[in-house]
Amino acid sequence: MLEKALKGSRGYWIWIAVLLAVAAIGCFCYLQQLDYGLGITGMSRDVSWGLYIAQFTFLVGIAASAVMLVLPYYLHDYKAFGKITVLGEFLAVAAVIMCVLFIFVDLGQPSRVMNVLLHPAPSSILFWDMIVLSGYLVINIVTGWVVLSCTKKEVPPPGWIKPIIYISIPWAISIHTVTAFIYAGLPGRSFWLTAIMAPRFLASAFASGPALLIIFCLILKRVGRFDAGEKAIQALSRIVAYALAISIFFVLVELFTAFYSQIPEHSRHFQYLFAGLEGRHNLVPWMWTSAVLAFTALTMLLIPSIRRKEGWLAIASAFVFVSLWIEKGLGLVIPGFIPSPLETITEYFPTGTEVGITLGVWAVGLIILTLFYQIFVAVRSDIDGTTARHGISEKN
Amino acid sequence: MTTNRRDFLKIAGVSALTLMTPTILRPSWAKEKMITPVSALTAKRWAMTIDASKCSNDCTDCITACHAVHNVPNFGNPKDDVKWIWTEPFASVFPAEDHAYSGQTLQKMKIPVFCNHCANPPCVRVCPTKATFKRPDGIVMMDYHRCIGCRLCMAACPYGARSMNYRDPRPFIAKINLDFPTRTKGVVEKCNFCEERLAKEQLPACVLACKQKAIVFGDIDDPQSDIRKLIEKRFNLRRRAHLGTVPQIYYIL
Repeated sequence: MLEKALKGSRGYWIWIAVLLAVAAIGCFCYLQQLDYGLGITGMSRDVSWGLYIAQFTFLVGIAASAVMLVLPYYLHDYKAFGKITVLGEFLAVAAVIMCVLFIFVDLGQPSRVMNVLLHPAPSSILFWDMIVLSGYLVINIVTGWVVLSCTKKEVPPPGWIKPIIYISIPWAISIHTVTAFIYAGLPGRSFWLTAIMAPRFLASAFASGPALLIIFCLILKRVGRFDAGEKAIQALSRIVAYALAISIFFVLVELFTAFYSQIPEHSRHFQYLFAGLEGRHNLVPWMWTSAVLAFTALTMLLIPSIRRKEGWLAIASAFVFVSLWIEKGLGLVIPGFIPSPLETITEYFPTGTEVGITLGVWAVGLIILTLFYQIFVAVRSDIDGTTARHGISEKN
Repeated sequence: MTTNRRDFLKIAGVSALTLMTPTILRPSWAKEKMITPVSALTAKRWAMTIDASKCSNDCTDCITACHAVHNVPNFGNPKDDVKWIWTEPFASVFPAEDHAYSGQTLQKMKIPVFCNHCANPPCVRVCPTKATFKRPDGIVMMDYHRCIGCRLCMAACPYGARSMNYRDPRPFIAKINLDFPTRTKGVVEKCNFCEERLAKEQLPACVLACKQKAIVFGDIDDPQSDIRKLIEKRFNLRRRAHLGTVPQIYYIL
């Protein structure tokens, strides 16, 4: 099946070449970081995690997209998702690989990464995160690949894959919960010290992952000659709407607790995020952009006449994606360190090298995703082509 | 006997599994033990008191002594800073105790801060490789050779006591002390209560460097020790004790 990734249109190869170029730039930047140390980034003694860990956190959410397709299809027999569960699983695979890469580029001593296995520390949440993420990666590669192979051969999937698919559902919940626990269990960081952290992760994940899937489905329809079907896309848009509403609600709940209680330890971080502290307001424009995009997208998704038009739906999905990228990618990790435990306000500005590495990792993820989706589309158009007797596949 | 591929894989698999035996069945005699030299200073629980009222504002004796002994680099910028001891104003060290009417003496005070060697250290709990660990005598230590530089301990420490080597520290050490290791880039470090000096029957460098005798170090578990008597006599505060970390640095103000 792999050979199908080697056949593609000109546009496909140009896209791959662009991604490879970005990945190469990222690789070059990483070599510089490896030589100089993490001091080449904007991270500091006070803000000791930055863009890398933030991307990791956001992408764990994207990896959840799979479960929002698998659950309705396998548990509720929601047939419309039958064709696209594999898309969700492959997106999860690419997202988890990016997560692992972001953790890796964030390490001060990457050559010692195997110490996590050589000296396992079950009291560390990072240890458990490694287990759940690698498990989730394997589960999704296996299920995605097996189901797609069977689709190709036009046989039903083997019986042994079912239990693995069922396990993938609670497993997806676990990757968010465990990732949230990395933050929520730290005594000195009151911004993260909240029981709603894991639920918040889940809600935003179930909005951003499916939103990205909608965008990919619409792209595949345009350039890949694969139609996920309006029913599936509309069902996804409803999932995004519900999850986004819950996600916004959870953030508002946080804001209420912080500001009504007026406990400085809790409110000062949110103050920094939305208004700035002592004249420092690096993240303020970002957070308000995120808030405006989230409410706009929610309104668009709630109005059926807008949601049903593909163009508008694409815009709303892009809004959801960008809004939650800001909320998770910038607004969750960085303000946890601002103000610092010693009440100092050190701001964080990523450097060019850091952004280069970040884009490089995204490019690697997109390459993996593109290859998987190319295989998927090739397999699908073979089948649809034979069943429809060269009906739509010759449209090119 | 002929071996087919399946049998070979079976035997190889079983053989590989036996490699795990030492980790699963670990007899008591094979466990790591702490070896203490006979001449070393020992305690059930090391602790420290700081009488910050004795500190004069521009004094940096403890900082200079500590940083020289431990090869702490000076990068000259706050972003890459590595510090084991430094001073902070009262409002930063005890934010909950500070108020608008604290008075000049308290507001102007520069209080030395460092690792609190918590009895319940969150940094040790979160470390994914056990590179940071707590000794039976209470000292929270770092293994610079095991640390992968993930900085989860820096996020976990509620005192900002940990520093990351964001770049190679060696060119930034004024004079290298050959009795103590230098660090490499990409690892985290912090105060170690001078465990290397205790092993040689010497008190911590900061304690000896302080001419005002503002720092007292000793076994808090021993009712006859100076530190214990001092703590029982004078009212003292610990930084952010409500977090349950059980810090072992007691501030007399």
